[in-house]
Order: sequence, then C-alpha cells, then structure tokens
Amino acid sequence: MNLDYLVLGSGGHFNGGDVIATLVIFLILMFLLKKFAWGPLMGMMQQREELVASEIEAAENARKESAKVLEEQKSLLKEARTEAQTIVESAKKQGEIQRDEIITAARAEANRLKESAVREIETEKEKAIAAVRAEVVSLSVLAASKVLEKEISEEDNSALIKETIAKAGEAK
Amino acid sequence: MNHGSPELTLDLGAFSLTFNLSTVLMLVITAVVVFLIAFIATRNLKLKPTGMQNFMEWIMDFVKGIIKSNMDWKTGGRFHILGITLIMFIAVANLLGLPFSGIIINDQLWWKSPTADPTVTLTLASMVTVLATFYGIRMQGSKHYFGTFFQPMSFMFPLKIIEEFANTLTLGLRLYGNIYAGEILLGLLAGLAGSSVFGFVGAIIPTMAWQGFSIFIGFIQAFIFTMLTMVYLSHKVSADH
Repeated sequence: MNLDYLVLGSGGHFNGGDVIATLVIFLILMFLLKKFAWGPLMGMMQQREELVASEIEAAENARKESAKVLEEQKSLLKEARTEAQTIVESAKKQGEIQRDEIITAARAEANRLKESAVREIETEKEKAIAAVRAEVVSLSVLAASKVLEKEISEEDNSALIKETIAKAGEAK
Repeated sequence: MNHGSPELTLDLGAFSLTFNLSTVLMLVITAVVVFLIAFIATRNLKLKPTGMQNFMEWIMDFVKGIIKSNMDWKTGGRFHILGITLIMFIAVANLLGLPFSGIIINDQLWWKSPTADPTVTLTLASMVTVLATFYGIRMQGSKHYFGTFFQPMSFMFPLKIIEEFANTLTLGLRLYGNIYAGEILLGLLAGLAGSSVFGFVGAIIPTMAWQGFSIFIGFIQAFIFTMLTMVYLSHKVSADH
C-alpha cells in the first residue's frame, strides 16, 4: 500500500503560486469586507452604543428632574397644608372674637334698653304720683271745703292737707 | 485516493510559479461565499438589528470576546477585522469540502476544502507570524522586541527562535491535519458507498456521523485558529511579557 501521499511535501515541489494566491485572495477579501461589510456594521454598532449611552444619560437626567419636581411638589403641598391650617385657625379665632363682640353688644343693648325702660317707668311713676298728688290735693281741698264748709285756719288747713296726703300716700 | 492535482506552472524566466488550480478555485469560491454572506447580511443596517444583521453582530462580538480575552481592547481593536475575516474564511473553507468532497475530473481532485492543502494553511499561519512580528516591532520598538528573545534568560535564545517556527508550523498544520483527515475519511466512506449495494447501506450511518463531526471540527478549527492568532499577536504586542 502506497502511503506516500500522506507525507507532507510529498509532491516534491513547492507551490509558490498557491502561496501568492492564498495571500492575495485573503487580503482582497479582507479589504472588500472591511469596505462593504465590517465597516458599515461597526459604524452601526458604534452608533447604537452612542445611542444607548445618550439614552441612559437622558433617562438619568429625567429621573433626577422628576425627583426634583417631586421634592418641590412635596414642599409646596406641605406649605399649602400649613397655610390652610393657619387660615382655618385664624378664621376660628376671628369667629370667636366676633361672637364675643356680638354677645357683648347684645348684652349692652339689652342693658341699655332695660335701663331706659326702668328710667321711663320711673319718670312715668313720678309723673303719675305728681298728678295723683295734685289731684288728691285738689280733691281734698274740694272735699274738705265741701264737708267742713267752714273757715279753717291757715295752720290747720295746711296740717290737715299734709295729713291727708300722707294718708293718701299710705293708702295707695 | 491518490489523485493528482490540476497544476499549472508559469515560467517567469528566472523562476517558475506552480499553481494548484483546484486550490485557487476553492480559495476564490470561499472568498466569494464569505463576501456574499457578509455583504447580504449587512444590507439594510438598522439600529434595531434583525435577521442576518444579528448573526453578523454576534460574530463580531464573538471575535471581540476572543481578542479581549488576550489583550486590552485599545491594543487589540486593530486586529478585529483580521479576526472576523479569518474566522469566517476558515469556517467556510472547512465546510466547503463536505458536500462534494471528491469531485474528480480526469483523475484530478477539483473540489476540496482549501484548508485541506498545507500550502494554504501554512501561508495563513506565516501571515499571522509576520503580522505579529511587524506589530511587535512597530508597537514595542525593535530594541525591546529583539530583547524579548533573551528573556527571561539569555540561554533561552535558541528555544525562542525554535518557538517562532514551531508556532507557525503547528498553527498551520493543526488546521490542515484536521481538515485533510476529515476529507480522507469522507473519501474512503464515499468509496465504500460506491463499491456495492451493501457497502452503500453500510456507509450511510458512518458517513452521516462523520459529516456531522466534520461540521463541528470545521467550526472548532476556525475558532482555534483565530484564538491562537490573537494569542500570538498579544504575545508580541503586549508590554507585559
């Protein structure tokens, strides 16, 4: 069995042409691929990398921005709440004050009315008493003059009148 | 099995160039197939990749991973295109031999894997070594580069010289051996299948198994070749060696 063909270089000569062909074909292939396939593909991958990086950055920025806004909103809400509480409290206080004022005013008014009524009553009473007195005096005089039909001394007259008046006063 | 090759010798006066037309043909077919795959896959590039673009990007990332496992990306980025082209070229070349392996016209073997030819694999391996040396000198300076031959001990110098050639030889012959052996076995199985009806029935299962295994080997060898290329390159261009 002839196994010579398994021996490297058994051809007996060196294929210089194959070496050149291999090199030339491989290098041309590499050049063409770089120009038409790998170049554009690498560019696209590069572009994608940049896109991803910029997107990540944008997302990070958006996250920061939203956190800031959220913080702002929180503080605003807190402020608003405090303000509302203040407003409610002051309104309550105001209401109380007003109520007190109204009550005080009403009380004063009532007092005033009562006093004025009392005064009026007093005045009317005085007036009535005076009128009654005058009437009583004239009636007494009339009655006395009619009953007695006599001259009475000035002193007796006067004393009598006074006594009558006093009696009238008590009888009343 | 022992078929001739369709050879063409160009006489250029002082010396002559011998072409194995089968190898040249298969190299061209490989290059065209790789180019078409890559070209068609990278039409309609989109930011949101679909279909073939995903596949291409996966290959790019895969090679990027190989390079990154050997050196930092700042140094290794320049070898990215070399790596992708190498891995695709070798993978396609390895697989090409499978379907029609053994097309023989006038007792000459025309269809085979180009990588089943030691000239091709050793040429690629030498190219890698030359590139490594070139970049080693350019990025480290010639003084530092030649200094590494005497590191860590000066008596290591002969071993370092041998290492250079051993690396090149093993890189090329590993690929050649794997693919050539696969094709020989496929050829033997095909011969068995063609011998008789019983032979045909008997050869079906082993042929299928071996073809599946050869596909696996084809990809693995492409990966190994690219990986070792990057290892040698990083060995030369990285400062800390």
